[in-house]
Amino acid sequence: MPDFCGIELEHPVINASGTYDAIAARRVFGDALLEDFPFSAFVSKTITPQPRAGNAPRRIWETPAGMLNSIGLPNKGLEGFLAEDLPQLTELPVPLVVSVMGTSREEFARLVEGVGEREEVDAIELNVSCPNVDSGLIVGEQPAETEALLEVLRPLTAKPLIVKLTPNVADPAAVAVGAEEGGADAVSLINTLKASAIDPVTGQPGVATGHGGLSGPAVRPVAVAQLRAVAAAVRLPLIGMGGISRGADAREFIAAGANLVAVGTENFRDPRAGSRVAEELAVALPAGVATAPVLDLE
Amino acid sequence: MTAPFGRRLCEVGENRASGGYRVFSLLDREGPEPLPGQFYMLAAADRWAGSGERPFLPRAISVAETGPAAEGNRLDFLVEGVGPGTDRLCALGAGEGVWVTGPLGNGFSEPRELQPGAAGAILVGGGIGIAPLALLRRRFAERNVPTRVLLGFRDRAHSGGLDDLFTCCEVRLASEDGHAGHRGYVTDLLAALLEGDAVASAAVYACGPPAMLETVRALCAERRVACGLAMESPMACGYGACFGCAVPRSDGGFMRLCVDGPVVQGEQIAEVTHA
Repeated sequence: MPDFCGIELEHPVINASGTYDAIAARRVFGDALLEDFPFSAFVSKTITPQPRAGNAPRRIWETPAGMLNSIGLPNKGLEGFLAEDLPQLTELPVPLVVSVMGTSREEFARLVEGVGEREEVDAIELNVSCPNVDSGLIVGEQPAETEALLEVLRPLTAKPLIVKLTPNVADPAAVAVGAEEGGADAVSLINTLKASAIDPVTGQPGVATGHGGLSGPAVRPVAVAQLRAVAAAVRLPLIGMGGISRGADAREFIAAGANLVAVGTENFRDPRAGSRVAEELAVALPAGVATAPVLDLE
Repeated sequence: MTAPFGRRLCEVGENRASGGYRVFSLLDREGPEPLPGQFYMLAAADRWAGSGERPFLPRAISVAETGPAAEGNRLDFLVEGVGPGTDRLCALGAGEGVWVTGPLGNGFSEPRELQPGAAGAILVGGGIGIAPLALLRRRFAERNVPTRVLLGFRDRAHSGGLDDLFTCCEVRLASEDGHAGHRGYVTDLLAALLEGDAVASAAVYACGPPAMLETVRALCAERRVACGLAMESPMACGYGACFGCAVPRSDGGFMRLCVDGPVVQGEQIAEVTHA
């Protein structure tokens, strides 16, 4: 049974933020969802201080072995989340991680305090793939911004703080080090890769905002490379994700240094993908095959 | 009614040409009988990532007809090959496996209590959008709901499904090339019908291309006739997870077509736009 930042989990497979709406899924599939919940912990969609409607369509575009999304973080805002969604998410049979995003340290602080004081919440994931309105810099692209943010947030809660890294940087390990030095408890990676597609028929971008985030098996080797680099640079527990569709994929991430793995886009193809990946991962490896992280970075 | 949790492997019964389209059937041993207007997420179990590593995501396809099978239900789908996903579905062979999630979405709402002499239900279909109206028409016939069916097609090549799905009822046709029925749009037929008396007691049920649905919505709004529009939007998951299928609501914000639709009441949206 994996222990992650003091939270006991049934198996090492969780969901990537924004790829599973457990409340909608329960409406569609009923209580069977709770009886056979696919993940050992549930990570919420990112919440922001104020409600957001999300981006105008078109929001998604299929790509080779993956997809682009430009959803725009639709959510009910902190108050709406706490009042309407949190009570329903508390009914899930697994620990709850709430993902938050602010555009300043003050906004992040409000979110961490508001979510952190709720005992139903087991951990907080910081989505730092957003600009800081004060500096104009994307927090998660800057080791110093990330460290400074964590230094503000760390004293505000005893709950584990997980920093979700963006892959759209030259050196994700440096950002992970910033998170560690600022007091983060764990790091999760990767978020989606900035990408565009053009409809060859119309000449227009595939998603209305022009570019979006690429996910799915197409990004998996990028994620594995970044995970290896981050694992070599920090001592923090790691959540690895990026195109995991099968147990064999999860094993790659664990070998690269992940303590937990997250399933994202594959949930869209298979609502029970989390359980399937966990079952496939649990099948014993043939004798002689290493299961411990193998880190041989030059 | 909820869908079985997760995707399940179903077997292809038959797959036959129907005009320029294909009608294929799946044997569903687990799922409940679908409501008219509901849809399924479908992906071939083999060779789903074909040329160019697409298709990748399952495709949302409305159920056209259903009936009891030896075990479970037979589900019929009308498909037109317009891309890597629908091309693969069109090529399914008998006995092949298909990953199925569903039935999903709300389906068409029940008709209101119909007064004697009321105008009843008016079904308006365009092109491939005639599919969900086949099951709806049969359900209404079983309950003696007076129903008129108006179907429109671009040309003969795009009138697939008509002979397979609407054999046993009277339909009024429109075609843009004039090969069958009224030369023009199916919405011309609807406009003429809505000129009559007692239309306020009618209910319109429509599925078709965005321009057709927008004309239906505007006509019904003008005549204050209730209308349910079965819409389409790019959809990765079908169960509320991806937030891709957002449609603007008339009161601001967006709805997810997979869980709040795919049937939308005319007043819920400001207009039907092309996604």
